[in-house]
Amino acid sequence: MFDIRDLYQEVIVDHNRSPRNFGRIDDADKTLQGFNPLCGDKLTLYLKTRGQTIDDIAFDGAGCAISVASASMMTDAVKGKTLAAAEALFSEFHGLITSDREALNNGAQLGKLAALAGVRDYPARVKCASLCWHTLRSVIRGDEQPVSTE
Amino acid sequence: MNTNTAQKLDHAANGFDIDAIRADFPVLEQEVRGKPLVYLDNAATAQKPRQVIEALADYYRAYNANIHRGLHTLSEKATAEYEAARDKLRQFINAASLKEIIFVRGATEAINLVAQSYGRHALKPGDEIIITELEHHSNIVPWQLLCEQTGALLKYIPINDAGELMLEEYDRLLSDRTRLVAVGHISNALGTINPVKTIIDKAHAAGAKALIDGAQAVPHARVDVRALDCDFYAFSGHKLFGSTGIGVLYGRQALLEAMPPYQGGGDMIRTVSMSGTTYNDLPYKFEAGTPHIAGVIALGAAVDYVNGLDFEQAAQHEAALLDYANEQAARIKGLTPVGTAAEKTSILSFTLEGVHPHDIGTILDDEGIAIRAGHHCAMPVMERFGIPATARASFAFYNSRAEVDALMRAIDKCKRLFG
Repeated sequence: MFDIRDLYQEVIVDHNRSPRNFGRIDDADKTLQGFNPLCGDKLTLYLKTRGQTIDDIAFDGAGCAISVASASMMTDAVKGKTLAAAEALFSEFHGLITSDREALNNGAQLGKLAALAGVRDYPARVKCASLCWHTLRSVIRGDEQPVSTE
Repeated sequence: MNTNTAQKLDHAANGFDIDAIRADFPVLEQEVRGKPLVYLDNAATAQKPRQVIEALADYYRAYNANIHRGLHTLSEKATAEYEAARDKLRQFINAASLKEIIFVRGATEAINLVAQSYGRHALKPGDEIIITELEHHSNIVPWQLLCEQTGALLKYIPINDAGELMLEEYDRLLSDRTRLVAVGHISNALGTINPVKTIIDKAHAAGAKALIDGAQAVPHARVDVRALDCDFYAFSGHKLFGSTGIGVLYGRQALLEAMPPYQGGGDMIRTVSMSGTTYNDLPYKFEAGTPHIAGVIALGAAVDYVNGLDFEQAAQHEAALLDYANEQAARIKGLTPVGTAAEKTSILSFTLEGVHPHDIGTILDDEGIAIRAGHHCAMPVMERFGIPATARASFAFYNSRAEVDALMRAIDKCKRLFG
């Protein structure tokens, strides 16, 4: 039985209400937009890197609670990590929100991100949670075209 | 108001027996996520009564055959039922002739047909088409494509803060360059009922033709194409309690006769030779290929069903539901209705402070309540109000006050979850 509180946990509601790392980085060396055309979710990611490390990261934009909380938590999680480690975290996160409960190993690396696991019971919302991550991966890979989930 | 009082009010609604009507709609008798289904997404697609489902199944079960060509019994039966449905549709909108009822896939295809078959030949560079800010994308994009093809220009009648068309701006846009005016009868995003008769008359006075997108209107109001005096009227079957994949284009006979075919294929021809083809008469000229026979027959059954209701009473019930929903919504702090036209159908489009419409959609679904959240394929409307999306509850005659109460309780829950 699904419980809506599994999706909208306190931590998610809180990150939506007061998103971390929200705003722009004026001297960002990497910037990319992401869109979810079906929903209208929009965000822009700003990265400042030093060598292969994410020194600073921020985002702005507008969207549903899942997309905003996910971006907020993602920026918290990858700040200070290497680009390779951030990409690896995306794979793990993607598994968390798309696989069924049984198939999931406990996601030890995910920490707070595990709060978004409830999304897996709402397939229409997976794109909301993953938009920021798709955008991050594209920015890391050097794409210049805005990311679209469609 | 508690549920008991709401139910009593439902029954008191001038003898309109909701329980009996609901029993005709099998899909309503189910639970979603452990709660009784409350279906409030009727502007997206309406549910189907048993009579429509039976008509659809009966064709496949008892007399599935192609039409207009077979010499065998099943084909004759299928042809007779298909053409009988055409006459039901003709009567339903009071068209003068069966030749004016063209079966298409839906309102979208009907509008594209007019744009391509009529517009492409009638328009030249500098000509103007007038639509409105209120339109569904299906009554915007076909005209944008046509403008790219012909060099014609697209003009938009703006809307005011209530979501009503600004007719004085329409007067300003009309000129001797106007060739076509295409307006939705009722807005899918906001529920605004547009003064289409006035719009059509003014278009004609300027020497332009008028197309009405009636997709949202036919389920809620009696439409009389001759009284409206429109040149084209488009609607979809699935919003009229019929199946998906079928709809109607009404066109004035003289216009349709002068228009070239939209698609080529079987059934639309009289003779085909290597050197050329002569086309079939109306309406078949516009019905190339094997049509959605079952869908047409089932749409006839949907019209029978709607005719069996007291349309006046159904409309009154829907109006009372909207009043009740507005009243209850006004008590919810942070809820802002979007679209407050004086004349509107039973659509409550709204935003809720601090809760994105998509989150409202998910939380309501968890309570068994189906609404639409998003831009409603009317992005210019959202742009006009400076919002990315709304949550939209749209009511049909089978909805009850008890369901409005369930909706309001669920909206309260959204506020609690995000509080």
